[in-house]
Amino acid sequence: MPFGNTHNNFKLNYKVEDEFPDLSKHNNHMAKVLSKELYGKIRDRQTPSGFTLDDVIQTGVDNPGHPFIMTVGCVAGDEESYEVFKDLFDPIISDRHGGYKPTDKHKTDLNFENLKGGDDLDPNYVLSSRVRTGRSIKGFTLPPHNSRGERRGIEKLSVEALTSLDGEFKGKYYPLKSMTDAEQDQLINDHFLFDKPVSPLLTCAGMARDWPDGRGIMHNDNKTFLVWVNEEDHLRVISMQKGGNMREVFKRFCVGLQKIEEIFKKHGHGFMWNEHLGYILTCPSNLGTGLRGGVHVKLPKLSTHPKFDEILNRLRLQKRGTGGVDTASVGGVFDISNADRLGSSEVSQVQLVVDGVKLMVEMEKKLEKGEAIDSMIPAQK
Amino acid sequence: MAGSFTRMISGRNRAVLLASLGAGTMATGFLLSDNSLAAEVRTKLYPPSSDFPDLRKHNNCMAKALTPAIYGRLRDKLTPNNWTLDQCIQTGVDNPGHPFIKTVGCVAGDEESYEVFAELFDPIIKDRHNGYDPRTMTHPTDLDSSKITNGVFDENYVLSSRVRTGRSIRGLSLPPACSRAERREVERVVVMALAGLKGDLAGRYYGLEDMTDKEQQQLIDDHFLFDKPVSPLLTCAFMARDWPDARGIWHNNEKTFLIWVNEEDHTRVISMEKGGNMKRVFDRFCRGLKQVEQLIQERGWEFMWNERLGYILTCPSNLGTGLRAGVHVRLPNLSQDKRFSKILDNLRLQKRGTGGVDTAATGDTFDISNNDRLGKSEVELVQMLVDGVNYLIECEKKLEKGHDIKVPSPITQFRK
Repeated sequence: MPFGNTHNNFKLNYKVEDEFPDLSKHNNHMAKVLSKELYGKIRDRQTPSGFTLDDVIQTGVDNPGHPFIMTVGCVAGDEESYEVFKDLFDPIISDRHGGYKPTDKHKTDLNFENLKGGDDLDPNYVLSSRVRTGRSIKGFTLPPHNSRGERRGIEKLSVEALTSLDGEFKGKYYPLKSMTDAEQDQLINDHFLFDKPVSPLLTCAGMARDWPDGRGIMHNDNKTFLVWVNEEDHLRVISMQKGGNMREVFKRFCVGLQKIEEIFKKHGHGFMWNEHLGYILTCPSNLGTGLRGGVHVKLPKLSTHPKFDEILNRLRLQKRGTGGVDTASVGGVFDISNADRLGSSEVSQVQLVVDGVKLMVEMEKKLEKGEAIDSMIPAQK
Repeated sequence: MAGSFTRMISGRNRAVLLASLGAGTMATGFLLSDNSLAAEVRTKLYPPSSDFPDLRKHNNCMAKALTPAIYGRLRDKLTPNNWTLDQCIQTGVDNPGHPFIKTVGCVAGDEESYEVFAELFDPIIKDRHNGYDPRTMTHPTDLDSSKITNGVFDENYVLSSRVRTGRSIRGLSLPPACSRAERREVERVVVMALAGLKGDLAGRYYGLEDMTDKEQQQLIDDHFLFDKPVSPLLTCAFMARDWPDARGIWHNNEKTFLIWVNEEDHTRVISMEKGGNMKRVFDRFCRGLKQVEQLIQERGWEFMWNERLGYILTCPSNLGTGLRAGVHVRLPNLSQDKRFSKILDNLRLQKRGTGGVDTAATGDTFDISNNDRLGKSEVELVQMLVDGVNYLIECEKKLEKGHDIKVPSPITQFRK
């Protein structure tokens, strides 16, 4: 259970079959991988901070399945979780990230100049552009496991780093705990405010503990760069703006991230990263780049075309409603973003979005004129 | 049978034996010592002051009682089952307050929590239970239902009668803390015992996991089925983990005696029937409880109980008797009277909507039950409920006839 590390040794007095969870009605990545034998093999391990196998899987045991998406069903409590519980995480990572092997290396590329084009997506169709990722701070345990003292430590460091930014990144930090009503209303109107998690996927993983202690939001004066502190990850970093200039959004994203990382490094707390898994985040689905780059785009005709889903698949893109994950589209406007996170770099993932959306807008225009698009359908990327 | 009896004795936590010897041995608890180097470094980096929760916007019993000094002394202690203070108070930190009721804000993970963390639990118990001081007082247990008088109500007013309590199995951790294996063991022990009930108490167990749709519908129609907790008071206290594993409902064939397994406590025991015969309901309640206790004792188990705190349950509000005796009663005139709340207060009764705690009353039918749990025996509390409800009905009848009513003097408490 969350942060109850020493309880694990006591549980070892019970036989494996008595402790093994009943996963017969479950459909998530963890349930697919965790056999009784595997459970028996690794249940006596714990990370140096005391995170145990039961802590890792509790969310997947409590949430058998999700109607729209195949959930992961497990979380990391600290950087070492991915090592100590390799036997569980490696097959899940492979399943979730297109066959990624334990020996594979992940490429990190945050050099925005390597992105080709991306500044000319048609704003008549592309309403807004956004890139987000997460970052974990070395030396602290992750949101499922951290104590109040640690979470406050993370907040303190983050505030120092974020409020020292200048230029286009200059901004202000709003702790959730002491926000005024006026500030809260403004943040809601800007669509910046995140709320206490209600999804049982998160609450069962212990991520809503002590809310709203240690949580907050920083954004720059221009409202184009936003950082969430201590929500589902230590930091969630978001760059966004109206219109189709994804290139500018990505540039701001890369520059901002690098500035923040420098400051954290100076304090002896860089970001969690390694060459196999890239950036380490709470949920295995966000390993690698942790990057979701996307647009809100009007595709009323293309979205009803029978080959829409296949096109998205080949372009390595996914669709969501404009309310984000778990929502349906409204008025033919879709949230289109990259499907991959691990095994390809930030630049290449954003490139896929830029190229893919450009192509789909062309297709939409063709369909408007009553022309066929079959010749435009791409090969598998 | 002897073989499994021995196995059960040897499989039991040594804490069980210690607990039955007396509370003193557990008082100091164990210091956090697993993973010793990492734990030491962590403790230095994060002294208790860095972890002390922000309770400035909180309004529950735990927030009132918990000071930085108490937190500092208790944070690094462990019960023998390795349960910590932070785990006890998590629900109170996560839930600052409740619109209708003053919540307790902490739970026990095991019997020893009440000892190891006594410095926090004792003032909370005193606050919640009208000044009952666990350090100096003893709690009376009395399940002799023959002592109840005037226990049959006028059925023109009382629609149904019910008594509930909880029981915990000594040696196994409580719902916030239990592992899956422990929870399954609770289920095994209880279901095996219940299978031994006979006569009007003979019945059947329905595990939540393997229930058929038909059985489920029947249990819903009977108003017996409990669902996965959604209240954050419970989910933040880790009580919904692994749902529905090892949870279930047992009831007798006559549907008047019902036991919930592994919901908010190891067991919740309920006796109920339509109409106003509270005496019969309480008779069955006491008889059933005593039989269940005997059946588990035959297999080497016992209920958690001590003379300071009575029956040990997950929530401190249910210590002592854990007993809520109540009726659904129509009081159309009295409920409109301004003095209604005061009358209830003085009779040491509480009102709830007919959906139970957290619901508002619909129409003129109320759930009326005893306020108190600890410091008075089961018989005393049920008699108080009986006397109180009879008084309310008298008032209702008077008001019907256009006569006036009197607010009764308050029943004395042991609080000075």
